[in-house]
Amino acid sequence: MVKKVVEKQEVTIVFAGDSGDGIQLTGTQFTNTNALFGNDISTFPNYPAEIRAPQGTVAGVSGFQLKFGSVEVSTAGDICDVLVAMNAAAFKVNLSQLKKGGTVIVNIDGFDKRNLKLAGYEENPLEDVALESYRIIKIDVTKMTRAALVDSGMSRKEIDLSRNMFVLGVLYYMYNRKMEGTELFIKQKFKGKQDVIDANIKVLRAGYNYADTSEIFTSRYNVKAARLKTGRYRNIMGNQATAIGLVAAAQKSGLDLFYGSYPITPASDILHELAKHKNFGVRTFQAEDEIAAIASVIGASFGGKLGVTASSGPGIALKGEAIGLGIMLEIPMVICNVQRGGPSTGLPTKTEQADLMQALHGRNGEAPMPVIAAASPSDCFKTAYEACQIAIEHMTPVMFLSDGYIANGSEPWNFPTADELEEIIPPFAKEEDAPYIPYKRDEMLVRDWAIPGQKNLEHRLGGLEKDYLSGDVSYDPDNHQRMVKTRAEKVEKIADRLPLQEISNGEESGDVLVIGWGSTYGVIKTAVQQSVKEGLSVGHMHLRYINPMPKNVKEIIGRFKRVIVPELNNGQLVSIIRDKFLVDAEKLNKIKGIPFTTAEIVAAIKKEEVEA
Amino acid sequence: MSLENEALEKTKLTPKDFATDQDVRWCPGCGDYSILKQVQSIMPEIDKAKEDIVFISGIGCSSRFPYYMNTYGMHSIHGRATAIASGLKISRPELSVWVITGDGDSLSIGGNHLIHTLRRNFDMNILLFNNEIYGLTKGQYSPTSPEGKVTKSTPIGSIDSPFNPLKLCMGANASFIARTIDRDPKHQREVLIRANEHVGTSMVEIYQNCNVFNDGAFEVFTDKNMKEEETLYLEHGKPLLFGKENNKAIRLLDCRPVIVDTADFTTEELWIHDETDRFKAQMLTNFFDNPAVEGRLPRPFGVFYVEDRYRYEEALEAQVQYAIEKGGKGDLNELLSGHNVWTVGDE
Repeated sequence: MVKKVVEKQEVTIVFAGDSGDGIQLTGTQFTNTNALFGNDISTFPNYPAEIRAPQGTVAGVSGFQLKFGSVEVSTAGDICDVLVAMNAAAFKVNLSQLKKGGTVIVNIDGFDKRNLKLAGYEENPLEDVALESYRIIKIDVTKMTRAALVDSGMSRKEIDLSRNMFVLGVLYYMYNRKMEGTELFIKQKFKGKQDVIDANIKVLRAGYNYADTSEIFTSRYNVKAARLKTGRYRNIMGNQATAIGLVAAAQKSGLDLFYGSYPITPASDILHELAKHKNFGVRTFQAEDEIAAIASVIGASFGGKLGVTASSGPGIALKGEAIGLGIMLEIPMVICNVQRGGPSTGLPTKTEQADLMQALHGRNGEAPMPVIAAASPSDCFKTAYEACQIAIEHMTPVMFLSDGYIANGSEPWNFPTADELEEIIPPFAKEEDAPYIPYKRDEMLVRDWAIPGQKNLEHRLGGLEKDYLSGDVSYDPDNHQRMVKTRAEKVEKIADRLPLQEISNGEESGDVLVIGWGSTYGVIKTAVQQSVKEGLSVGHMHLRYINPMPKNVKEIIGRFKRVIVPELNNGQLVSIIRDKFLVDAEKLNKIKGIPFTTAEIVAAIKKEEVEA
Repeated sequence: MSLENEALEKTKLTPKDFATDQDVRWCPGCGDYSILKQVQSIMPEIDKAKEDIVFISGIGCSSRFPYYMNTYGMHSIHGRATAIASGLKISRPELSVWVITGDGDSLSIGGNHLIHTLRRNFDMNILLFNNEIYGLTKGQYSPTSPEGKVTKSTPIGSIDSPFNPLKLCMGANASFIARTIDRDPKHQREVLIRANEHVGTSMVEIYQNCNVFNDGAFEVFTDKNMKEEETLYLEHGKPLLFGKENNKAIRLLDCRPVIVDTADFTTEELWIHDETDRFKAQMLTNFFDNPAVEGRLPRPFGVFYVEDRYRYEEALEAQVQYAIEKGGKGDLNELLSGHNVWTVGDE
């Protein structure tokens, strides 16, 4: 049967199933295949905190949302066109996200009596007349997978592990994609286990063929390659981009990277990625706790290395005192906070932007430090690189902010070459400059960095207040005030090197300015572009440098009548904007552990009442 | 003397070269002075250039120490000196790293870092100044203060069971364990030199008198009339002898140490100290009786245990080299592009 081919500009799909169903892997494979094909993509994995929450329950549902298109894609989508539900619980959790008329592909084996009960359904929802507004495609994935592998000699349990490949095959058929990339991935992942490789590839192809020969699809869909900026691309996740940014900064500064950290969701993937790059001279150290992690970084930085640690909010709280020591010592260090829902343990696997005030102020005493925030998965590279550059060239700890959404999300990245990256020059002291005066500063208030092994530059540093020049312990009242002011001014002066703030999207001046920071970039961009298309006068200013801010932020704010600050917190940047610029900025807050939808931001621009 | 030797003699550092211009601010009579002096005195002998030596401390009276050493140094934050030293040692394995800490700093707030440093066995020296009191905060009990100790925070006496620090270190798999005391400079020197020679984490507990808040805590081990009975100086390969003119000895009877008259046994029948014997070292750390208790065992001083075990920083370095051999030296362009690249436009 020849099937009709329907052209689509963009498609949003949600893969959902039990956390043991291989949903994240399925989503990632589908993403990579489409990225390689040339679509623009944005992804949003959404998984539970429990590694294996009770099977079949709503708590155990793992989701992976992606939007891919032939047009520019900046968010993973508000609502989805296609929902793939491996069981009843996954269906229950995600149905509200499906648009009317959308397609649901369900594994009917996941809707048996037991699964319905676990999901809290009295009746099978697939038989509900209310579902008539959706197109439901029922496949017994379990049965099909078992049939495909009937001669494999594998146990039923092993066989069922390949079910996700069947679904992936179905989708590859549906969107007319080649399977070579995934087949190669399977071969690499299960290297040495030929039976597993054979089984997975067989099931993948079985899914594809099933979709082709069965009558379940009357049409296939075609999403053409996107017209991205000319250049070379790869797909990248935020945490991966962060790790690569750190390695690149180490290479370009000539310093070895020392990475001390303690495992924590959602930052651990940075450690995993860096541990793979020891051939770049990267030394990773899994410390006994968060405090030891940053303490080891202080030791490494004191020794002349690029010291970096990463954590999430709870871990950053534990590191506070040591960050203060780094500020007193004035040594380069980068602290990455991959934010998650708080307070306390909060929502480990959900996203939030509620650690901005912690980044700016979460230490005892007057302890200012530069804070910069990544705007998207690929921007994590640039931001991490800049964090290292500022830390090294200005001899200061720097806070790099990311969050769960961009850390685990992915997008195509027009990556630079090594030559295109700016050089980073550590301000090392020279032996011939002895006697060394530890706190003598240059015009940017940066002191020279003398490290153990340098002859005649021996000196002692510490957390006690220090004399303005010698660094010796000083309790002198005037000296303390002078040092507090100097440390603040030193951070402020970094603004001299920052590029001026630009309007990221939309109008350069006009009625409404939407100010964002961090992972809301994509959704604000989409909302602002949509509003402008509708004839509204709206601009989008996205702050990557939060402390210090670029020098012209105030001037930009002055060009607009209204200012809105959407944040995934209870109002933090908005307080800073109001405080710094005495402007009546409006809040737009969402604190649900999930990103904004475009509609929510558009509504705020239009002053419509919606519940965020 | 040849010219060469003369030049060498001139450049040879003396303890004075390791003193700084800072006024030493410990209370007059503090045991820390003696330790500072001994550490400065061994520095010219440790075969390291001054610029290759780093002293790192936490917080407490003893942690002022780095300010008085003319080497690289850091007076850090409470409890974290071992963790900071760990990062430094990983990054710069060639440096001689010394951690200065106290009983509050390393056994209370920094306890976690201490045990993990010991098991990882970085090549560094930890000098734990144990005075059984919080001095800098003016006299609260510490994790090594004996039960019943009356201090500002325990007016009716401490109800905390104290740590036996060396037993703890043994449990954390330390590769070098020793004890010395501030009032015995000669012994201190010997132990410090041994600690420096040991490749791995050298744990040296130094009994240190706080003459302001806990004066006389270790008097029984230094008092002329008592010390012979109360102390046991360990020497590798020699029997465990103590008492007046070494008239007493320790003997193992059914795997338990008992005090015997030296005269009643041949040397072979006595406990011969073997610092490489983990089981015996474990037992020696248990010689921790209250000096007021009848039938107590004497308190050992000297090197309890030495083990040659791989160092974390060397193993990590080997992994870095292995990764380079296996994967080639990292190429930044390859890292940036990854393995799945597509091109848009005419490139």
